Amino acid sequence: MSSHAHPAGHTVHAPMAEPSGFIRKYIFSVDHKVIGIQYFLLALTAVLIGMVLSLLMRFHLVWPNATLPFVSGGQMSQEQYLALVTMHGTIMVFFVLTTAPQGGFGNYFLPIQIGAPDMAFPRLNMLSFWVTFLAFICILAAFVVPGGAPISGWTGYTPLSGLGEITGPGEGWGQTMWIVSISLFCLASLLGALNFIATTIDLRAPGMGIMRLPLTVWAWLVTAVLGLLAFGVLLAAGILLLLDRSAGTSFFLPAGLVVNDQLQPHSGGSPLLWQHLFWFFGHPEVYIAILPGMGVASHVLSTFSRKPVFGYRAMAFAICTIGFLGFMVWGHHMFLSGMSPYSGFTFSVLTMAIGVPSAIKTFNWLGTLWGGKIQFKSPMLFALGFVSLFVSGGLSGLFLAQPAVDNMLHATYYVVAHFHLVMGVAAIFAIFAATYFWFPKMFGRMMSEPLAKIHFWFTFVGAYCIFMPMHFVGIAGGIRRYADASAVAFLARLQPVHMFMTIAAFITGAAQLVFLFNFFYSLKFGPKAPKNPWNATTLEWITDSPPPLDNFGGQYPSVYRGPYDFSVPGAQEDFILQGLEPSQVARAK
Amino acid sequence: MPPTTTTEEIIIELIDEGNGPGGGASSGDGGPGGGGGGEERSSGGAATPQRAYVTGMVVALAAILMFFMAFVSAYVVRKDMPNSAWIPLDLPRILWLNTLILIASSFTLARAQNRFKAADRASFRHWWATTTVLGVLFVAGQVIAWRQLVSAGTFLATNPSSSFFYVFTGAHGLHLLGGLLALLFIQFRTPRKLSMPTAVDIASMYWHFMDGLWIFLFLLLYLGR
Repeated sequence: MSSHAHPAGHTVHAPMAEPSGFIRKYIFSVDHKVIGIQYFLLALTAVLIGMVLSLLMRFHLVWPNATLPFVSGGQMSQEQYLALVTMHGTIMVFFVLTTAPQGGFGNYFLPIQIGAPDMAFPRLNMLSFWVTFLAFICILAAFVVPGGAPISGWTGYTPLSGLGEITGPGEGWGQTMWIVSISLFCLASLLGALNFIATTIDLRAPGMGIMRLPLTVWAWLVTAVLGLLAFGVLLAAGILLLLDRSAGTSFFLPAGLVVNDQLQPHSGGSPLLWQHLFWFFGHPEVYIAILPGMGVASHVLSTFSRKPVFGYRAMAFAICTIGFLGFMVWGHHMFLSGMSPYSGFTFSVLTMAIGVPSAIKTFNWLGTLWGGKIQFKSPMLFALGFVSLFVSGGLSGLFLAQPAVDNMLHATYYVVAHFHLVMGVAAIFAIFAATYFWFPKMFGRMMSEPLAKIHFWFTFVGAYCIFMPMHFVGIAGGIRRYADASAVAFLARLQPVHMFMTIAAFITGAAQLVFLFNFFYSLKFGPKAPKNPWNATTLEWITDSPPPLDNFGGQYPSVYRGPYDFSVPGAQEDFILQGLEPSQVARAK
Repeated sequence: MPPTTTTEEIIIELIDEGNGPGGGASSGDGGPGGGGGGEERSSGGAATPQRAYVTGMVVALAAILMFFMAFVSAYVVRKDMPNSAWIPLDLPRILWLNTLILIASSFTLARAQNRFKAADRASFRHWWATTTVLGVLFVAGQVIAWRQLVSAGTFLATNPSSSFFYVFTGAHGLHLLGGLLALLFIQFRTPRKLSMPTAVDIASMYWHFMDGLWIFLFLLLYLGR
């Protein structure tokens, strides 16, 4: 966020005047780059909070009777543990995995990579960030309202989430704050998605045909379409849930519910209806989290293999296919809801069909690496880590996709391990890859490579140490969301495995301090970054680091070739920038 | 990317330049797509091409459609639940009148659009105002329908059928109020970033969509009682 350096001279038009004043420039800015950084910092704050919550959970699982200074009563209650589960999931899924890759990097780099001066609707962009910020404040407020944070999980299943305080301490105010926060988040994401789609369709530079888009842009575009079609559904469901809680309606609440010996006044509602609406959003949400990561992985693997992406068209179509199929598989979260076996079978087949485009992507990532001159820079390491985690986590999905197997594994730690590897950690690795890759462009300075490598190895090994044993806990019957498994005879034997995972989690958590130090130290003291430190090809690398206010200093680029022209035969250098005129490409001597 | 300025757009821009100051912002139109390359972009740098606003409206309507379809699917599922306690709602008769008024507003709006394209500004403003008045009448009619239900003792939580009635009419009414604001704005002001043809275009798209949506919701509420 250092001040923008303007290039001297050679601009066709005078660059736009910077807004003066701190508030217009950094707080209520309409510049997509500032907004992208704002999203990124919001996600960074959120991920730290979410990580602390997860460490508290891991601590409690191993030492359930420990006295904690900041817990009222000294020992954590089961409800408090459930509140941790809920808040960890909500903060991580919405405010980290949805916010950082799309709102953060997407906002910053989508306009630059397509050669646009800004998003199509800059003020809408600012609005969507500030509504997201408001949603974040609301979810944090759930910690401090009377009764504390909600306990119904990030999925907010009814009837638990619909009845109010009687079902638990956090189900009064806390749950209401949760619904308000999620509804605001939906609204902000809809505005953001609208902006992304209009920008990609209408603001591309001359020559930037649809088959010349970097795969990151493809991923952001399809993610925006998913968000556009999914978030409205969650918003609608949230409104109905709020009415059930506060206006006495019975959309999701059945008749005859008795809670704490009190008959509830509702009649005829369907808890499963909530599950359907939620997962109709929830499954596309998984791809909202992971698709931008796939785009970043393709981008980074190609750059550091010095090779074009293997099968660019197949990669673009695979992204679209995953997005399309992602809307048809929500039922696989509900195999145990008593659905008809025929529905279960249909959802199962469609779910496994997603394996095909996913396998295409993995195959093409390996194809991109094959025979390349691989440079093990830190972004590359994290992109390779992404591929590894995506495969490890994705394969267990094929087991869970089968109702017969899911009957056994549902609501066990196997599921927790699966989605953390494939959606959580893999997406986080892509975010790290993106951070190390684009930090020089965003902040004009280089990050420390040795520190980044330390960070990578601890995080990579650590993530596997946490989540691989978790599969076995799940297969052995370890049930998720139990606050104290040591009190259950058949689960007590698994406690040593939990101990191993907890230690791994704390070490991995500590390794993130290396990243934080590297990030903030490099922000101030890192060596100055050149325009194109990685010898990459896309449009963000033709402009300054950091880019001027209108991205290209008044000189708008035209595009003459595809996004991954690495190691072109006959060219002098092993990369050709997308915006370089054919006559300017240096020939090999 | 193909050249983006169609004959129709050129005509619209000519009309607009002849009629009002709104055309200023549209000079950036066709910037990235124009044949000569991107260098000749207006010095503002960040001028958004007018067609992006149309794209934005189409995209927004898709999101709004999903929002309402979530309610619709909930309606279908909830109504046929076993033990759903569903009592069919007697729809207030005024809804028929309201529906006719809203359909009529789409016709007057189409007339206004037609007059705008014919550069007949006075007639355009006349038909546009008629549309706005019909819109206000529709909203007033919906409020009367609510009051009739309330005086009959039918509230939000009385029965799932009434819950859905209030949700549908409330959500649609809020969206329609947004459309009314747009109609009023265009009637009295000139938008800054949008050119007048674009503003008329997207406000009309929104209004026709809200009309069609209401017809669908009304049929659902009436036939799917």
